[in-house]
Amino acid sequence: MAITQAPITSALKAGKLHRFTPLYIILGTLAVATAVFAILGAVNVAGILIVTAVLFVVTYWLLSLFVEGSRKAKDRLMTSLVVIAFLIALVPLISVAITTLTNGAARFDVDFFTMSMRNIVGEGGGALHAITGTLLITLATSIISVPIGILTAIYLVEYGRGKLARWITFLVDVMTGIPSIVAGLFAYALLVIFFGEGVRLGIGGAIALSVLMIPVIVRSTEEMLKLVPNELREASYALGVPKYLTILKVVLPTSLAGIVTGVMLSVARVIGETAPLLIIAGYTQSMNYNLFDGRMMALPTFVYNSYAQQGSDAQAYIDRAWTGALSLILIVMALNLIARLIANIFSPKLGR
Amino acid sequence: MTTTAQPPATPVQPVSPGKPEVPAVPPKVVQRPGDRIFSGSTLAAGILILVTLAAVAIFLVAQSLPAFTADESDIKGDATNFLSYVWPLVFGTVWAAFIALVIAVPLAIMVALFITHYAPRRLAQSLGYVIDLLAAVPSVVYGLWGIGVLAPAVQPVYSWLVENMGWFPLFAGPVSGTGRTILTVGIVLAVMILPIITSLSREIFLQTPKLHEEAALALGATRWEMITIAVLPFGRPGIVSASMLGLGRALGETMAVAMVLSPSLIVSLVLLQSQNPNTIAANIALNFPEAHGVGVNILIASGLILFVITFVVNFISRAIVDRRKAFSGAN
Amino acid sequence: MSKRIEVKDLKVYYSSFLAVEDINLTIEPRTVTAFIGPSGCGKSTFLRTLNRMHEVIPGARVEGEVLIDGDNLYAQGVDPVLVRRQVGMVFQRPNPFPTMSIRDNVLAGVKLNNRKITKTDADDLVEKSLRGANLWNEVKDRLEKPGSSISGGQQQRLCIARAIAVSPDVLLMDEPCSALDPISTLAIEDLIEELKNEYTIVIVTHNMQQASRVSDRTAFFNIAGTGKPGKLIEYDDTNTIFTQPSVQATEDYVSGRFG
Repeated sequence: MAITQAPITSALKAGKLHRFTPLYIILGTLAVATAVFAILGAVNVAGILIVTAVLFVVTYWLLSLFVEGSRKAKDRLMTSLVVIAFLIALVPLISVAITTLTNGAARFDVDFFTMSMRNIVGEGGGALHAITGTLLITLATSIISVPIGILTAIYLVEYGRGKLARWITFLVDVMTGIPSIVAGLFAYALLVIFFGEGVRLGIGGAIALSVLMIPVIVRSTEEMLKLVPNELREASYALGVPKYLTILKVVLPTSLAGIVTGVMLSVARVIGETAPLLIIAGYTQSMNYNLFDGRMMALPTFVYNSYAQQGSDAQAYIDRAWTGALSLILIVMALNLIARLIANIFSPKLGR
Repeated sequence: MTTTAQPPATPVQPVSPGKPEVPAVPPKVVQRPGDRIFSGSTLAAGILILVTLAAVAIFLVAQSLPAFTADESDIKGDATNFLSYVWPLVFGTVWAAFIALVIAVPLAIMVALFITHYAPRRLAQSLGYVIDLLAAVPSVVYGLWGIGVLAPAVQPVYSWLVENMGWFPLFAGPVSGTGRTILTVGIVLAVMILPIITSLSREIFLQTPKLHEEAALALGATRWEMITIAVLPFGRPGIVSASMLGLGRALGETMAVAMVLSPSLIVSLVLLQSQNPNTIAANIALNFPEAHGVGVNILIASGLILFVITFVVNFISRAIVDRRKAFSGAN
Repeated sequence: MSKRIEVKDLKVYYSSFLAVEDINLTIEPRTVTAFIGPSGCGKSTFLRTLNRMHEVIPGARVEGEVLIDGDNLYAQGVDPVLVRRQVGMVFQRPNPFPTMSIRDNVLAGVKLNNRKITKTDADDLVEKSLRGANLWNEVKDRLEKPGSSISGGQQQRLCIARAIAVSPDVLLMDEPCSALDPISTLAIEDLIEELKNEYTIVIVTHNMQQASRVSDRTAFFNIAGTGKPGKLIEYDDTNTIFTQPSVQATEDYVSGRFG
């Protein structure tokens, strides 16, 4: 902890860098780095920042070492490294955001959201078929996963005792770790029994995504149900309310906001999944409204496909890929935001 | 002690027709239909999960079996049997995930420390959200970003490394002209697992007993010394387990690898060349759309191996968490 | 609507641990009976066996009989849910349902059981129950506010209103004032005094002044030591218990010499 005010005894005052010293060093090293790059004739923002960072860390450490001694110097060294680590972690985030926005803006137009890729080989076209596919597959996934996930969580929290409950808990943990592509292979291995080799169906995508979504819903719902105080359950039992009505009418409404938040976050998680859909839903350039018949494009596979299989006018395909990526990020962000808003606004105040 | 519990002069009530001797076994619990239906359906949902997982295992194994007896002509590349085909992929999977972990773990610990112990308290929560945003970006977008932004950006650095530090075995040339090497993949994977490791480490650091921290500070420790004395030792099992979870994620990640890497079927530790070992997941994604016959079975079998690897990693990580819970007494 | 409770040779177990041993007592209708005793002596556990709420705790079970107007709660085929509709309970800490309004909290016993009730009947029931709990004047203008928006003492009276809205025969109270301030406590004690005209009331309390203020009869429970079962030591008129108890342990306890 830095001593900010001058203490009474001077023995405590000895050797202390000024509050603004780091700022001066940053400005100084930045100037030096810029000058060096300018003299070398290669002005490169990333390069300047990296050199500045290195120079700053070294200068700051040395200065502190001479003025304040080795222990304090080490503390200051680690402080600057920790701050720099955080800044480094922000770099990919900012970079992804900027590139997706700038590259995605090119085709972020009406056509993109109203046209499919049917009979389009160069410019133009859109991702309507992929957006429709994503909506249908995600909807089907939710219809499968939400009831199973919530009911399982209720079983584990309200009913489950003994071996069976422990097994289910363990397997939900295992499911959490299933790689998404393996989930795709599972859906394929399941459907191949009924439809034969080379099967590609939208519903297969929904099955694969359910394998990924169910454990997330079970976990988050479990957490929320455990937050409901036992006193509320007891109050309900004491009124002569049977257990199932207590769960349905007291426990679930109390934790509803949290459960909905968890479901939204799990939807946000699976809506961006590409690999399983690549395996089992396949690609198509046309609209397909039927989950049970034929290949179905989804937004993530559209992005991948546009990039991986560029046609004659490559730039048009790359632009569409970035716009698809931008739409996908916007959808995921919107889901995350709504989820947090629900959690903040609608959760009942249980605090006493 | 004597008991005078009998109430004075209460009129004797007629005892209801129940048995005078109450059986030691509690009477059968009355179940109403609503209760039975509801608890039954929750149980059914739980069992469905058991069945699903059993089905995953059975179907994958059934579909993989033909791969182990596959004919040489059915296997892509020069491999002679399934194992020699899958070995470079297993190696690539582990190697890429390991690189990612080496980059991500120190960074994640520092970021978590920044959020919990360095950043202004009011900002800490929002900074946590910002890092969590990294987890919200779909993997296919990371793929696009890796190939469109990161690879070209790091290629000059790679050239410089090969020129000046080529004597170091991992940096041996010739350098990749596109930057689409296994190191780039490792960086992208590191970015993808950073938020998981950060958020778990953050939670652990926040649980450090305040008393330990204050004891260290009261002894005149600097902030960094306090962290090494109190925070890191307390958080070590949590960090290990968070890293294992991150490793599990990195092992199974598909799209970023499939899009960024320029793959070949080799076993090589070299980081900067254009010849790189592929990962199981990316190999499946790249080849499945065109695969047929035994080729499909071979890919499914490799997926099964991936499943086993990630299962083991996740299992170890959970075991560490559970053991820690048993020791710490805190919930 | 008030009923007599008879307890015969009641034992309570947690799994194999005997928590409460051989209790015999009779509680008369339209009286207030207080259970006192040191912490952990099993009085709350025993209270819960009077409406089978102990079954909520995993592993808890009972041997013996509890007769309410002659009907054994523990006979074959008795539905604990129906028992609890006749024997209401108020808990240590006020626990209104946070998702429901004040009005809905009062109606909870009716609504949660899917029973149909007309608007006027519901209004009447809400007013009658809230008046019964001495809360009507304080909340009549904000019935649609959430149940958690009122003060702790008001919340506890809301919980009492909720319990009496299902018109039980017996009202069990498990330290109903231990989380409340003195003024709210007084309000609850006054309420108990009035409720006694209609209900059989059993109250567990740590506060001996409270027991002497509100109860007609008092039961003193004690344990010989940790790991030993709780026992009913003495059960008599409250006056007798507090002035001339027949057991030394009771005298020690009520005079504050231990516990």
